[in-house]
Amino acid sequence: MSVPANHEFFIDPGRCIGCQACVHACSECDTHRGHSMIHLEYIDRGLTTQTTPVVCMHCDSPTCAEVCPADAIKRTADGVVQTARKPRCIACNNCVLACPFGVPKMMSQFELMMKCDMCYDRTSTGKKPMCATVCPSGALYFGTREEIEALRTSAVPTNRFRFGGQVIHTKVNMMVPANRSVEYVDVASALNEAPTGQDIELNILTDRRPAATTT
Amino acid sequence: MATLPAAPLETIEQFGPHLSYPAGARLDTAEEPDRQVKTHCCFCGQQCGIQLKIKDNVVVGFEPWEDFPFNRGMLCPKGVRRYLQGAHPDRLLTAYERDAAAPGGFRPLNYQAAVERVASEINRIQSAHGADAFAVLSGASLTTEKTYLMGKFARMCLRTANIDYNGRLCMVSAGAANKKSFGIDRSANPWSDIPQAEVVLIAGSNVAECSPITTNYVWQARERGAKVIVVDPRITPIARTCDLFLPVKPGRDVALFNGILHLMIEQGWIDQEFIDRYTVGFERVAEHVRQWTPQRTAEVTGVTEKAIRQAAQWWGQAKTSFLLHARGIEHHSHGVQNVLSTINIVLATGRLGREGCGYGTITGQANGQGGREHGQKCDQLPGWRDIDNPEHRAYIAKIWQISPEELPGKGVDAYEIFRKIDRGEIRGLLSICFNPKVSLPDNNFIGRMLDKLDFYVAIDFFLNESARHANVVLPGSLQEEDEGVVTSAEGRVIKINKCVDPPGDAREDWRIIQDIAQALGRQRGFTFDSPRQIFDELRRASAGGVADYSGITYEKVERQMGVFWPCPSEDHPGTPRLFEPGSWNPVAQGNGPFYFADGKARFNVATYAPPAEDVDADYPLLLTTGRVVSHFLSGTQTRRIGPLVDQYPEPRVELHPQLAEQLGIADGDWTTVESRRGACTLRAQVVRTIRPDTVFVPYHWAGLKSINQVTIAAQDPISKIPEYKVCAVRVSRASSPPAYAGVFEPQQ
Repeated sequence: MSVPANHEFFIDPGRCIGCQACVHACSECDTHRGHSMIHLEYIDRGLTTQTTPVVCMHCDSPTCAEVCPADAIKRTADGVVQTARKPRCIACNNCVLACPFGVPKMMSQFELMMKCDMCYDRTSTGKKPMCATVCPSGALYFGTREEIEALRTSAVPTNRFRFGGQVIHTKVNMMVPANRSVEYVDVASALNEAPTGQDIELNILTDRRPAATTT
Repeated sequence: MATLPAAPLETIEQFGPHLSYPAGARLDTAEEPDRQVKTHCCFCGQQCGIQLKIKDNVVVGFEPWEDFPFNRGMLCPKGVRRYLQGAHPDRLLTAYERDAAAPGGFRPLNYQAAVERVASEINRIQSAHGADAFAVLSGASLTTEKTYLMGKFARMCLRTANIDYNGRLCMVSAGAANKKSFGIDRSANPWSDIPQAEVVLIAGSNVAECSPITTNYVWQARERGAKVIVVDPRITPIARTCDLFLPVKPGRDVALFNGILHLMIEQGWIDQEFIDRYTVGFERVAEHVRQWTPQRTAEVTGVTEKAIRQAAQWWGQAKTSFLLHARGIEHHSHGVQNVLSTINIVLATGRLGREGCGYGTITGQANGQGGREHGQKCDQLPGWRDIDNPEHRAYIAKIWQISPEELPGKGVDAYEIFRKIDRGEIRGLLSICFNPKVSLPDNNFIGRMLDKLDFYVAIDFFLNESARHANVVLPGSLQEEDEGVVTSAEGRVIKINKCVDPPGDAREDWRIIQDIAQALGRQRGFTFDSPRQIFDELRRASAGGVADYSGITYEKVERQMGVFWPCPSEDHPGTPRLFEPGSWNPVAQGNGPFYFADGKARFNVATYAPPAEDVDADYPLLLTTGRVVSHFLSGTQTRRIGPLVDQYPEPRVELHPQLAEQLGIADGDWTTVESRRGACTLRAQVVRTIRPDTVFVPYHWAGLKSINQVTIAAQDPISKIPEYKVCAVRVSRASSPPAYAGVFEPQQ
């Protein structure tokens, strides 16, 4: 049994509450027990509580595999990019440096690149990935496209990303605002934008102007 | 007694908090667990379903329980890591007795000898100073069976009036206001009504960190087009995505809700037909809120007039709505008034008792709901009965087979117990599931009072900071070492299932209480063989009361995945949604859906008063306190779980960059927060997500890191909840690191 073809992974950073349930749950997974493969980042804690979870996007043409000099990184027939093969991995770090999403982790104690394999031990037996099962806010979701469309009206999935001249198609979807038509997410240019944190109406706190009242 | 038996570092070396990380069988993926038990998380009032994996009488991991309807497999970091509290190096495996010469200040003691010593001290103190000179402090993380037994033990075995519980720091403002308005104290709706609402108003609840699973319910409402309004002095993660943020100045919530009601009445955004048919007291409230013009409301609350008008419009014009609140509006010297003011804006719309029309308080503790229903409160008997009511006394006396005259009267609240210690009126104390040295305000006073006692016995699974002051410590049980029911924030009675046996000499808490009763020679009424037997008596004791559990059985709870009380008979399915039109209850007897004789809800005038301690020239800033997502309450458990400590190792003081600039404080600087009661030096976290006139510090840490050294022991006159959410402080950049820096580990 493998991941049902109609089940997909959806990341919705707009829903992330920074609780790290995914980070903790990831390290409970059988294939890498004790080690979390998820990164969870504050965008700019000084300005906002916005956080974002980073799991492997499982690219159609994985950059990590393309730059691997030892051909250690394999993509399964159903599109899951796996942790480097232990006998092959030379711990050169190429994949860590090359991945546009910053996903692979070099576990120097094992001399091995490890990364999210979409809980292959679970999804291959019909279970959901651990992170997407526990996530309390729906920032990580595993299910069918029909399910996510029924659950979300404010966001739509996309799986195209651009980094400079490189356009990447991924197995994992990112939820983007439904009211904008998006050809791809331009990740590199987004890096230069300040997080707004200002789409709350009449918010006096993150407003750059002095707050309306003090004592 | 004078002081602690050993220096804190020595006690910590022996008893912790130390950190536990996955190791051994918890890391070995080749080993299959012996079994997997469906149960619930031990922490907050959400009570998420979880399956625990057991190997060789140790909980070695978890598996999400996706069928449980409340959380569908979802968990927060505390739930994911909760299994690490078992088989912990700090676990108390024997009884202990204070001995300054022993390592850490305590020497192991034979369990039976310890119980006999406790009984003889109780006898000695009560013979010399009267029955009320021995007090009991209990907790709302215990199963309902245990909370019932604690109330019975205090009244019937110890014959003391002085029992109270740590829900006094948690749920009592909501409970008191709910009783005054509805005649019943329970969330009015199941959470499944939240996504059906057009407007969700969240007042004083850091939902994403303190009740993370509720986030998804709120956001599902938002996906369906609901507007989310958040009232909070901080932009918490739930506030980050709200549609309207009302950054209320701490302590001014009544003014805000009175101001909103003022506009609703002015604009006609009320349901006059509902008000006439189902409520009393509206006119007086309407008259009272007339003074709360938008301009005055804005001046008092620090929220812009435009935002107040927007809130009133969205709330007033909605067809369906859900109002949620939590400690943010309840932890005040006028906490009951705050809650009444929110209930008034719900009642005025008539949006109750229907799908998508709801109201609820989010309970904090595992059994924050069930733990406040069956008699461990100082003024209460089982089934939410009143200890001053002769009929109620007679009913319970009959169940307990004693005469009503033998039942003590009303005791005092948890904080007043310490004042009575100060006055010499209380000389002995038994505590269980309560760590007042960390969790009560102005806690240097609490430490002195624990030392002043003639005798203190603490029951716990770890030597918490309060138990370090004890004469005798009895090794109690972890949640997974016993069975019983708890009631979640929704009012859903669920079943905690036993996973492992208590290790060593530790035993189930109810057995320890019964052992003490036996050693006192007063075992009559304390000879239960199992939690099920206690539950069966509790069912009878609650029958006919407002919190009626008589139709609930363990089997029904398992079969239905929870039963919402009231459930007055075995063929009754339970009551997920209260106040439905035409519903019957034992108080109204068919006269209406609310729990008063006439069946009508009460509008109550909610009066504004500033906090007990407002800012002045010497203490010009407001301090507010709360929780972070990876810790729970006084940290007895979570400060021992390595991955949760790593996530948020030590408390920080949050302050706005405008304030930080004025004070010359940079992010990460050692910063002193000082009140008239005490000071606490912590690292600064400079963030734009808090009002510039307010600083925030989480309260889960002990000793010099405890912000409750600084908080005020002012209490609500009705609920007696302490005012954790606001006091006056001054803040400055510390000239040197605090004494604990480099000495204690983050969790210690």
